[in-house]
Amino acid sequence: MTAVAAPPRSQPPKLAGRESAEANRRRITRIAWMLLAPTIIAMLIVVAYPIAVSIFQSLFTDSSGIDPKTGLFTKGGFVGVQNYLNWLLQQCQIGGKSQACPAGSPQAGFWNSVFVTFLFAVVTVALETVIGIWMAFIMNRDFRGRGILRAAVLVPWAIPTAVTAKLWYFIFDPSGVLNTVLHTQILWTSDLWASRWAIIIADTWKTTPFMALLILAGLQLIPEETYEAARMDGASKIQTFFRITVPLLKPALVVAILFRTLDALRMYDLPAILTGGGGGGGQGTTTLSILVVQQIKQSNDSASALSTITFILIFAVAFIFIRLLGANITGNAEKQRKAVAKEA
Amino acid sequence: MKNAIRVAAAGATLALAGMSLAACSGSSGGGTSGSGGGGDTGPITYVQGKDTSGVVVILADMWNKAHPKEKVTIKQQTDQADQQLQDLTQHFQQKLSDYDVVSTDVVWTAEFAAKQYLQPLTGPYKLDTSAFLPSVVKTGQYNGVQYAAPSSTDSQLLYYRKDLLGSTPVPKTLEELFGTCSIAKKAGIGCYAGQYAKYEGLTVNFNEAITSAGGTVVDAKGKPTLNTPEAQKGLQLIVDNFKNGNIPKAAVTYQEAQGLNAFETGKLLYLTNWPYMVGDIKSNAQAAGIRSKYAIAPYPGKSAVGGHNLAISAFSKHKKTALKFIQFMESPATEKILIDKATLAPVRSSQYTDPSLTKAYPYLTTLKASLDNAEARPITPYYNGVTSAIQNNVFQALQSASNGGSPDVKKVLDSTAQAITAASQGG
Repeated sequence: MTAVAAPPRSQPPKLAGRESAEANRRRITRIAWMLLAPTIIAMLIVVAYPIAVSIFQSLFTDSSGIDPKTGLFTKGGFVGVQNYLNWLLQQCQIGGKSQACPAGSPQAGFWNSVFVTFLFAVVTVALETVIGIWMAFIMNRDFRGRGILRAAVLVPWAIPTAVTAKLWYFIFDPSGVLNTVLHTQILWTSDLWASRWAIIIADTWKTTPFMALLILAGLQLIPEETYEAARMDGASKIQTFFRITVPLLKPALVVAILFRTLDALRMYDLPAILTGGGGGGGQGTTTLSILVVQQIKQSNDSASALSTITFILIFAVAFIFIRLLGANITGNAEKQRKAVAKEA
Repeated sequence: MKNAIRVAAAGATLALAGMSLAACSGSSGGGTSGSGGGGDTGPITYVQGKDTSGVVVILADMWNKAHPKEKVTIKQQTDQADQQLQDLTQHFQQKLSDYDVVSTDVVWTAEFAAKQYLQPLTGPYKLDTSAFLPSVVKTGQYNGVQYAAPSSTDSQLLYYRKDLLGSTPVPKTLEELFGTCSIAKKAGIGCYAGQYAKYEGLTVNFNEAITSAGGTVVDAKGKPTLNTPEAQKGLQLIVDNFKNGNIPKAAVTYQEAQGLNAFETGKLLYLTNWPYMVGDIKSNAQAAGIRSKYAIAPYPGKSAVGGHNLAISAFSKHKKTALKFIQFMESPATEKILIDKATLAPVRSSQYTDPSLTKAYPYLTTLKASLDNAEARPITPYYNGVTSAIQNNVFQALQSASNGGSPDVKKVLDSTAQAITAASQGG
């Protein structure tokens, strides 16, 4: 590109034309807003309203105790961020004083649940990514029966999680299939790490196909010519994989991993049915979502605070993900418009 | 044209939003107020968990024929206790008058009472409870007031293998029971199991272990009373027998069904479970091997009390009718139908000696002996917190003992007591 070759810039359009273009753009914007309005209103009602109510509720307490004379609950009131502090510092209000929660209180299990939740998210997503890539490669090859294979791979994903959990529950039974086949006596739903692995195995079995499918879509976007070129240049298989497949797959992969991570962080149904959140000392597989549901039975307000904390945690993870890995899920409309503007 | 589509779309969205709002506020329609006999009589709604036997419909028909002006409508919830509790709580929170008579699990009574959701059965709504089993009547009381009336009850029984036990007398206490475990060892099977998975059944079994040893879990005010030698003895017994293998290691995963499977397939000498298992052994194919080799006995100690009570909603508009309906539901005639059609154990003492019933249901005599000794689970308005405090602490101890560890029982009980105290602050 040399400066000499720069074409003479076209004259700016006449003022009237520009004004009408501006008016036109404004009109389109207005129509766009009107078309979007029903969706936005619906979203406000079904998403924003419950979140706002939940946050509002988390600042109150149901009740401040029992009136010893009548045995009836006394009215609670505004407590500010007390519910949040109770969770984050694992403290309970006993006799009107804040003190460390005794073992077995829901609050005492908060950081354990954070650990369990992130453990499941990291391990399952890592396994699902590796196995997913492998499955996607197989599905991407040309061979007879590829359609059947692709359909078969999707079966675990198509089964509702509750059913999956129940199926694995029978497999992991102390006298179930797995122990019989392995000739072991492992208590898969009750030992600490055995129960965690049971959940990881079941979750990986269930969601790897989803991962594989997203990765397959990414693989199919890579043009065959790039591989041909690599072959011509004498690149080895490993070089091809790391120099061509991985970089070109990255956008699809990052989105897939982001989706799965967010999904895994709010895991509820699988451990709820498979182990009931138990395992080890009884809280080995209690994810944050399970803790929320357990807490709802005791106090709505405190449960609201916990669900808000969970929401913020997941939101933070998503935010960091998008910042660090540049997951492009919001679309690059802004960039495109800038590029177009530059060209004009 | 474009405009028309736009309006239609907006309209549809609004309708959708309206629907979801309506769904949020609960089914406040279906008013039962107004029409009817005036005063506080009139049509009522009776709410209970899913009835698989179909007996409730029969009873409702009987009632409706006799009371054309005070007809009852049946609402069945799911068969999940959690959902039933949630459904009742939501209706009560909104102070809806559409539930008149509700069936409550025995452990919910205190919470509902303390939140003033239930009509106390005093004054004009007084209910005569003298004909009922005392241990069952107690489950409907809170703070000295009767809030709910017994409707059906339950207690655990001891299932044992009479072929293996031979001439050894059937154990009357848990200590005696564990003393005979050499028989199981000789036969190469597990000795004893209850329900030790981390769920409500664990609270039942913990309560039984403590009360059978002469202790209590909480006092009348709901304060924990676990710092006693009796309570320690009770839990120590279970812990020790987990450790020495008399209770099989797998029992930490047992709910009712898993224990039943183990017993029916001949893997256990003793099992404590609810009476429904009598029917299951009769019909389940896998039980063929032990069907003629087992017998039942009263619980060796103090069983926990299960079952359901009937209560009147504080927001009911037809409380007089509701009370009459409750009296009908626990009349001797109804109780007979309940056991015939749904094998729900009666709450009237007289029926356990009624020859027409004891002949058809021989297990009733054994059940009565269990019920006479039975103790209610902790009666506290914070039941959900208390039961999870118990489950979290006790499960950990049993889990450790089943792996050969020696949990410090005193420490476990102290921390259970502290967790119960914390849960009883509402946090």
